[in-house]
Amino acid sequence: MDTHKDASGTASVLQIDIRRVREADLPQVVALDERVTQIAKPDYWRDIYDRYAERRVGERFFLVAEDAGDAAEFPLLGYIVGEIRAWEFGSEPCGWVFAFSVEPGTRLQGIGERLFEAMSTEFKNIGIKTMRTMVARHNQLHMAFFRSEGMVAGPYLQLEMDLDE
Amino acid sequence: MKLQISSRLAIFALIELASEPERQISVSEIGEKYGVSAHHLAKVMHTLGRAGLVRSIRGVGGGYSFSGNARRTTLLDVIMLFEDATMSDRELEKNADSTAAEWALGRILFEIDDTAKATLGSITIATMLKQIARRKGAVDLKTVVG
Repeated sequence: MDTHKDASGTASVLQIDIRRVREADLPQVVALDERVTQIAKPDYWRDIYDRYAERRVGERFFLVAEDAGDAAEFPLLGYIVGEIRAWEFGSEPCGWVFAFSVEPGTRLQGIGERLFEAMSTEFKNIGIKTMRTMVARHNQLHMAFFRSEGMVAGPYLQLEMDLDE
Repeated sequence: MKLQISSRLAIFALIELASEPERQISVSEIGEKYGVSAHHLAKVMHTLGRAGLVRSIRGVGGGYSFSGNARRTTLLDVIMLFEDATMSDRELEKNADSTAAEWALGRILFEIDDTAKATLGSITIATMLKQIARRKGAVDLKTVVG
């Protein structure tokens, strides 16, 4: 059980459990994503579940954080999705995180850190030495979080071009 | 991107103070560690005080203590107290009337500055403290293992 203080200094008790996603979690994952992004994507998450929770699960990880407490306001506190990738030019296989979210009302209580650490452990357990992600450089929330967990700029640079130019 | 000496000193001072938030540290103690005059550092501390990041404690054993939010204060927040980090935006606007070559070079320099600003804006004082602790841990481990 983790005891934390929220941003207002009020003590809160969360019983955070990290585990693999279950099909029954899907509506809560969709709802959390919608609360954060303002876009409901049930078909997208169904597809992610089918591909990342049902197939090649030895190298694909769809983890959720749940509040196992009896009076949990939000039973599903967050999720993180990642997989082993080796598709960049000459890249050694790495652990790639491509989806990550924490319930806005429960942030700053260590949930993101627990999810991140759990994903790191999964990657380490199968011999992966590097974990990567891609974040919009002006997305300060995600940038600050991944930085605080020790991530730094890697050797690859994302490039793009406007095809209408 | 090259930081002005005041910005660097401010970041070092905040790291020193935030690493021991209960302790009051004198300007001369910080100055000695980083090899700068107490006079120069006093000006920096005054600016940090006005921004609410440090608190001055007078009297015997007095000094400064950290009064900001280490998880919310980014390196860019601190740098902006001492220098104009919005220069690159203005340079880009100015480039609207420039030659094609000047525009192309300006765009590349803007890209570099924009990335630097985003990086500095995503690293908090707390993240710096974690990074320093990791480095110390790695150095300690290296010393033990040989």
